[in-house]
Amino acid sequence: MKILVTAKRVEDAESKIRVNPQGTGIVPEGLKYKINPFDEIAVEEGLRLVAKHGGEVVVVSIGGKEVQEQLRHALAMGAHKAVWVNHAGALDQLAIAALLAKVVEAEKPDLAILGKQSIDDDQNQVGQYLAEFLGWGQATFASKVESLESDAEKGKHPGVMLSADGKAVVVVREVDNGLATVECQMPAVVTTDLRLNLPRYASLPGIMKAKSKPIQELTPAGLGVDVTPKVVIQKMVPPPARKAGIKVPDVATLVDKLKNEAKVV
Amino acid sequence: MPVVLIVAEQQPDGNLRKATLNALTAGKQLAERTGAELHVAVLAKDASGLAAELKGHGAKVVHAASSPVFEHYLAETFAPAVAELAQSLGATFVGGASTAMGKDLLPRVAARLKAAMATDVLGFEGSGADVVYARPMWAGNVVAHVKLTTPVQVFTVRPTEFPAAPTGGAEAEVRPFTPKTEPVKTRFIDFKEVKSARPQLTEASVVVAGGRGTKGDFKEIEALADVLGAAVGASRAVCDAGWVPNDLQVGQTGKVVAPKLYIAAGISGAIQHLAGMKGSKTIVAINKDPEAPIFQVADYGLVADLFKVLPELRQALQSK
Ligand SMILES: Cc1cc2nc3c(=O)[nH]c(=O)nc-3n(C[C@H](O)[C@H](O)[C@H](O)COP(=O)(O)OP(=O)(O)OC[C@H]3O[C@@H](n4cnc5c(N)ncnc54)[C@H](O)[C@@H]3O)c2cc1C
Repeated sequence: MKILVTAKRVEDAESKIRVNPQGTGIVPEGLKYKINPFDEIAVEEGLRLVAKHGGEVVVVSIGGKEVQEQLRHALAMGAHKAVWVNHAGALDQLAIAALLAKVVEAEKPDLAILGKQSIDDDQNQVGQYLAEFLGWGQATFASKVESLESDAEKGKHPGVMLSADGKAVVVVREVDNGLATVECQMPAVVTTDLRLNLPRYASLPGIMKAKSKPIQELTPAGLGVDVTPKVVIQKMVPPPARKAGIKVPDVATLVDKLKNEAKVV
Repeated sequence: MPVVLIVAEQQPDGNLRKATLNALTAGKQLAERTGAELHVAVLAKDASGLAAELKGHGAKVVHAASSPVFEHYLAETFAPAVAELAQSLGATFVGGASTAMGKDLLPRVAARLKAAMATDVLGFEGSGADVVYARPMWAGNVVAHVKLTTPVQVFTVRPTEFPAAPTGGAEAEVRPFTPKTEPVKTRFIDFKEVKSARPQLTEASVVVAGGRGTKGDFKEIEALADVLGAAVGASRAVCDAGWVPNDLQVGQTGKVVAPKLYIAAGISGAIQHLAGMKGSKTIVAINKDPEAPIFQVADYGLVADLFKVLPELRQALQSK
């Protein structure tokens, strides 16, 4: 199998994010950057699938030269090669999906696995746009039937299964009120939810090997994609603050407050 | 007249998903700002019942497509049908609720309509074609005001930010529609419903949520929830461990809730969790660590062992 996965560069989930005083962006001081956690799950799933069925994992990132760090990280986890779409400016989900569609056309993977959302934009759109642009089936919010503490997880088994004829993927999706299972003929787009797998750490030999793996550089112009943003952020503001609460010494006081002050019980 | 088209959602049990009514209110607000008419589309195996139910909630027209193709929701069957309808109406705005279905479907609709999209909209500003969407970024640490510059604009709304559209007012006209169908590459296999006698997490007026501090023992969380007629919620840590169904995760990447009372026990209050519950009216936090960040958003904080105080709290509320 050939699997294409994505690796967006985002602020670390533990970072303290604040809007800058001008409302034009976030305060950059003290931020650390990582591969988007959902994309890390996508990389891991790709690696597990090729470990089981054979094949290779191609990782793609779009951004300025700093995104090579995230590509190297994915290569260190075990991805075979990397594609870097070099673009330093703002990008929206339409543009990202259009660029990915071009990369897919060139790479011809059986499966494109993307994170369901990136934890900066929180848009949850690119996989779905990509599937439609390519005319492929989509299985979003891919999960595992077993918990992340199960034997299947410890055995590093993929959560995405192949159909009996090997021509389709069977995916368990996290949806409202339960789990839905769908079968998508390949090629297909899968987007990952949190419980699909626990990504591996990059090993030291992995990191060494990653240094000599190829990163192919592409550009939006070279791919023939107009990336002018259609989602235009006009300003950013902090969310409304909650007023400070109090600590209560015991259950009796809590119950009294809930009954007589907040009047919610 | 321009049209705002809202896509309704049917639950697996056949009922209308309540979030549809919140999306209708958002649609109404947007229609008022843009001088448009509000329409709603419902697609189902038999859409007649839901169409009748939707008639009285403020839309001008209810478009109803009934077909065995729509028995089980799939983005690949629904998206072309919604896009075809939107095009035939000349709709300039297409939206729905930020549910699992809304998030799966509407980007695919947007792709067909070459439209830009805003997810999880909290509110609107401006008017006409210059309408601006407020939406959260970075787990709600930032509210961005965004403009979509494509001729058609697509969005999902966060249901907790808009009241449910009331009944009353003029009855909508129900118009059947028969979309073209294409062969699709995805097949529905099954749906394993998590059945619960408790209210749905996103619809409950009280939520009792447990975190890793419960060590997987949800008995007291559930007992308190039952005394309060509440839904049960959880942090990611709890869902990852498989202690409760994934569907109960509250947060940035789970459910967003805003009940009148949210009780968090043994939850540290990571930003990703707060993103899903800090809109609640009253928040109670029970945690044995006085420094836990959950206390920063709690109206009432109790520094205590949850195994000791949850039974006390239940008994005090039971005997009330
Ligand atoms: C991409 C991404 C997305 C995420 N999305 C979500 C999301 O949607 N929702 C979500 O919840 N998290 C999410 N997280 C995870 C989040 O960052 C936290 O790891 C998680 O919320 C922690 O869960 P917790 O509070 O239950 O556990 P912990 O952080 O381990 O906290 C346990 C708390 O229990 C307290 N405690 C322990 N024993 C007791 C006791 N006996 N009595 C009282 N208190 C006790 C401890 O003091 C501690 O504060 C996400 C993370 C990432 C990276």
